[in-house]
Amino acid sequence: MNLELLAPEISLAATAVAVILLDLLIQRKGLLAVASVIGLVVSAAFTIVMYGEPSRTIFNNTLAVDNFALFFKLLFLGIAALVILASVDYASKLERFRGEYHALVLLSALGMMLMATAAELITIYVALELASISLYVLAGFLKDPKSSESSLKYLLLGATASAVLLYGMALVFGTTGTTQLGEIGQQVQSLGVQGIIDNPALILGIVLLIAGFGFKIAAVPFQMWVPDVYEGAPTPITAYLSVASKAAGFAVIVRIFSTAFGLPSWLSLDWGIVFAVLAAIGMTVGNISALPQTNIKRMFGYSSIAQAGYLMVGLAAMGVASAGETIGQSTILFFLLSYAVANMGAFIAIIAITDKIDSDLIQDFSGIAKRSPLLALALTVCLVSLIGMPPAAGFMAKFYIFGGAAQNGLLWLVIIAVLNSVISAFYYLRVVKVMWLGEPSSAEKVPSSGALRVALTLTSLGVLGLFIFADPLIKAAESAAKMLGS
Amino acid sequence: MSIGLEHYLVLSAVLFAIGLYGALSKRNTIAILLCIEIMLNAVNIAMVAFSRYVASEMLTGHVFAIFIMAVAAAEAAVGLAIIIAIYRQRGTVDPTDIDSMKR
Repeated sequence: MNLELLAPEISLAATAVAVILLDLLIQRKGLLAVASVIGLVVSAAFTIVMYGEPSRTIFNNTLAVDNFALFFKLLFLGIAALVILASVDYASKLERFRGEYHALVLLSALGMMLMATAAELITIYVALELASISLYVLAGFLKDPKSSESSLKYLLLGATASAVLLYGMALVFGTTGTTQLGEIGQQVQSLGVQGIIDNPALILGIVLLIAGFGFKIAAVPFQMWVPDVYEGAPTPITAYLSVASKAAGFAVIVRIFSTAFGLPSWLSLDWGIVFAVLAAIGMTVGNISALPQTNIKRMFGYSSIAQAGYLMVGLAAMGVASAGETIGQSTILFFLLSYAVANMGAFIAIIAITDKIDSDLIQDFSGIAKRSPLLALALTVCLVSLIGMPPAAGFMAKFYIFGGAAQNGLLWLVIIAVLNSVISAFYYLRVVKVMWLGEPSSAEKVPSSGALRVALTLTSLGVLGLFIFADPLIKAAESAAKMLGS
Repeated sequence: MSIGLEHYLVLSAVLFAIGLYGALSKRNTIAILLCIEIMLNAVNIAMVAFSRYVASEMLTGHVFAIFIMAVAAAEAAVGLAIIIAIYRQRGTVDPTDIDSMKR
């Protein structure tokens, strides 16, 4: 037993329980956020210490502690810390259950970390549900009609998607006789071409897995829940859903498809094409639906469907690339990193603005630049990154992910993706235009709390830093992708 | 006629299809929740049948089924809590009436 390899998860679980207990004991509820952030930092410290060591598996090959998993753990811990900082104003309005709010954020981060580590179907399922059920509750935390509605929609569709996913897992287990991803990979290879064609249950299982995880990452045609859930949920939780939950889905997909179904190469070519088609439809649907939106959270919902489409370009490249090639995996890692920073930054700025103007409508953002220029500048930088223009992280990420796909013969997909980026510029830049050129409705300043300022500074610097220091981080993503053991 | 793996799989597939149809068509959120449970139990039947006939030396499928039951219970608890919250706010559990956000 190597329990020390689980130190990040164990310390985070302990922090979550401690936060609930602390809520009962203390009067100054602001300390709960401090305790949560400390727990996240401790967990991140454990993770960093382990980073770079060779891959190991623990608990009978159910958990793989490799650089790929550690990369995602750091990403989730960072996002959770930003969500907690961004929730400080929100949480102070909650009369009760503030401890539970923070604990649920930590527990769903724990579930996502386990998703990235899990190398076995049962563990993947339990981790996925730990993350999801916490998020269902968080989506409905405000208890107003919109929030409850978004929570109900998320739960019903999420549970249906879980059932579909489980049926796929059952079929994969039935045809291979094991739930361990590496062993599934060996079984699939030993079946041979004829063996797989004679086993339609395995193919159906793979398709159902794509459908089940497609829901998590908001891939077309499983994206219907996104706009309503994003609009109704508390804004920090919308940010959490759009970034962390999506990244966790991608972590699992990359691990399952590269470890279990990566070989034989014609099989990976087949699912690569499936992802390519889903990517093309996803980004087109997301971008075109985002154009007429008037509510900024809803617009970001559609834009996150489009971003999932760009990310699936990486999955397609992963399937099409020859075996042993990790260009698809590493481009996904870097894209997720830059998307996480930019989208979190944009949401934190939106939280700061909507909190004061008390409206989610884009037209009410009019003239914000005159009232608080720094806030508007930060939001602009993040939006520029989401479009994929220099000098921001998104440019490098898109350049890298589309370049990887083009190298592997997916030029048609890259052309669609670039055209889509142009479409996306319309709605992202409309927000920028309204902020900078619109007339302010009042001259009153829009002050924001210290926690929001810290979070916004970190993300804005991150967006610019990822552009300037892209090279070492791409190298880190590549080494993490290579360390994806089984 | 002896009962074999196929029989269990057909039963599981039929149950899953019934559950999926119900989850997508029912006009009562509690009924939708029940239909999701039917889908999960269809999966359980398939898991246990595969475990018995394909990998009988291991109990993986049985263990998986137990985990599914435990998680499904947690999911149902959260689901019912949310439905109660919705019912208190609106006095209805019909999903077609729960559409305060525009499409």
